[in-house]
Amino acid sequence: MAGEPKPRRFRAIYLLLIVPYVAMLWVPSYNSVEPTLAGIPFFYWYQMLWIVLGVAVLLPVYISDERSGK
Amino acid sequence: MTPNATAITVFVTLFLFVTVIGFVAARWRRGNLNELSEWGLGGRRFGTVVTWFLLGGDLYTAYTFIAVPAVLFGAGAAGFFAVPYTILVYPFVFAVFPRLWSVARAKGYVTAADFVRGRFGNGTLALAVAVTGIVATMPYIALQLVGMEVVIAGLGIDMNPTLPLIGQVHDFPLIIAFVVLALYTYNSGLRAPALIAVVKDLLLYVTVIAAVIIIPAELGGFGKIFAAADPKTLILPAATAGSLGPQAAYATLALGSTLALFLYPHAVTGLLSSSSRHVIKRNAVVLPAYSFALGLIALLGTMAVAAEVKSAPEFAEGFKAFGNNFAVPALILKMFPSWFIGVAFAAIAIGALVPAAIMSIACANLFTRNIYREYFDTNCPPAREAQVAKIVSLVVKLGALFFVIELPSTYAIQLQLLGGIIIIQTLPSVVIGLYTNRLNPWALLIGWAAGIGSGVWMAYANAFKTSTYVLNLFGLQVPCYAALSSLVLNLIVSAALSWLLNAVLRTTPSDATVEADYA
Repeated sequence: MAGEPKPRRFRAIYLLLIVPYVAMLWVPSYNSVEPTLAGIPFFYWYQMLWIVLGVAVLLPVYISDERSGK
Repeated sequence: MTPNATAITVFVTLFLFVTVIGFVAARWRRGNLNELSEWGLGGRRFGTVVTWFLLGGDLYTAYTFIAVPAVLFGAGAAGFFAVPYTILVYPFVFAVFPRLWSVARAKGYVTAADFVRGRFGNGTLALAVAVTGIVATMPYIALQLVGMEVVIAGLGIDMNPTLPLIGQVHDFPLIIAFVVLALYTYNSGLRAPALIAVVKDLLLYVTVIAAVIIIPAELGGFGKIFAAADPKTLILPAATAGSLGPQAAYATLALGSTLALFLYPHAVTGLLSSSSRHVIKRNAVVLPAYSFALGLIALLGTMAVAAEVKSAPEFAEGFKAFGNNFAVPALILKMFPSWFIGVAFAAIAIGALVPAAIMSIACANLFTRNIYREYFDTNCPPAREAQVAKIVSLVVKLGALFFVIELPSTYAIQLQLLGGIIIIQTLPSVVIGLYTNRLNPWALLIGWAAGIGSGVWMAYANAFKTSTYVLNLFGLQVPCYAALSSLVLNLIVSAALSWLLNAVLRTTPSDATVEADYA
């Protein structure tokens, strides 16, 4: 193989990926009926909302990756 | 149930349409189908859009769309763990799996076991990974048939017709559907489910959007729907002084399922068929659209409670045959006009064909590469390798068909429950292996055995009824998904024994890959 392999560099922006894990695995933080949204209990709409927030967290990491040409 | 002619016509038409697509797919992005990477990975040529449809059709299976709302219908909030599960899986895929794609491309790997073979230079460990994949996937294929059976019966089609000359045939429509599926998979390989997935997913989105607009409107809004649900199971019970309770089960099920999903052979096949690592990253960002659809479909379970389908006499037969798995078909039958029932049920049935095809291809790849070529025919030329894979894909599907027809469907459900517990035990070799070759292969093998042993034992202790096993940690009861707790044991054993063996034996890792292969 030509040249030394580049050492893997840890990139701080990847820490963002942990955020959904904290939010979703901390079940007591969303295990309630109130506040309801259009009649849907908090438990259900909050987790559905995190599908969108999960993408919102991934996007900056993706953009940063593409810019650094990885 | 009385046959619904309009619904059956729409259903059969859509089914015939995808059958034609399945055969025509062989000509799409034409490649030499006598090579395994062409037949079994579509030539690694699928771009972002095709991969999105393919993985969407592959991971969000018909059985999911039947079983997840069935749990909400029967047991309430606990079934909603599928939503956090399918949220958490994408950051994991994004961070880890582009490395697997890169090394597979660089070294021509077709399966996860190929990678383990190269990385650790140990055929026994690779065999363990391959066999685990095949065993975990087989009941999963059988469950797709169960999903299909539910909707075919819901249409009122006679499942056990008496035919001229042969007499009565059990599950005849199922046999027809699966034989057709087997033929075009044999013919076209991964290209068939990839193209069919596009049709399936479009039908699915149409169905979901119609369902969440029409059904709540007819039932008087979400407020009324949730008011009809049992208030005791609307959210999870709180923890008590002595036990973390169902909330711990919920979180560990979500996390364990997340870690297990992309170790399944059909998920790996879907990933490796993409044309670049960027395709995988982009898909980690756009695949959650399916999670949203899954969340909405899960809520159909609650809607079915509000629609009081269980007490309706016309559905009594269906609930008797399929239990709560009949909740969603019953809701669709009750709420929609006949032609749309045909569309919705076709979405579910075709949704069974796509993953069943990919799963059988993935099992065929594993068997051919990691068992046949490794142990029986070391100098196997590429054409014979592809031929063996095609035949194995047929055998696998016939096996699943036999399973569903001859054995009660509870067996398939229980085995699939074990599937998650055993497939997760390949995580140290496959995922941690992507980052280091310092783990000793024999240590990994012993860790794998410890994980499988303890995981299966926990499921056995629950009489295979549930996959959460209550751990007693310093007097605190923690219900934990058995896959996760057994994985922890596996990781501890693998790491500790690796440290020990490396210190004693001082062997250098026999690694066929270099760091540049992973970029």
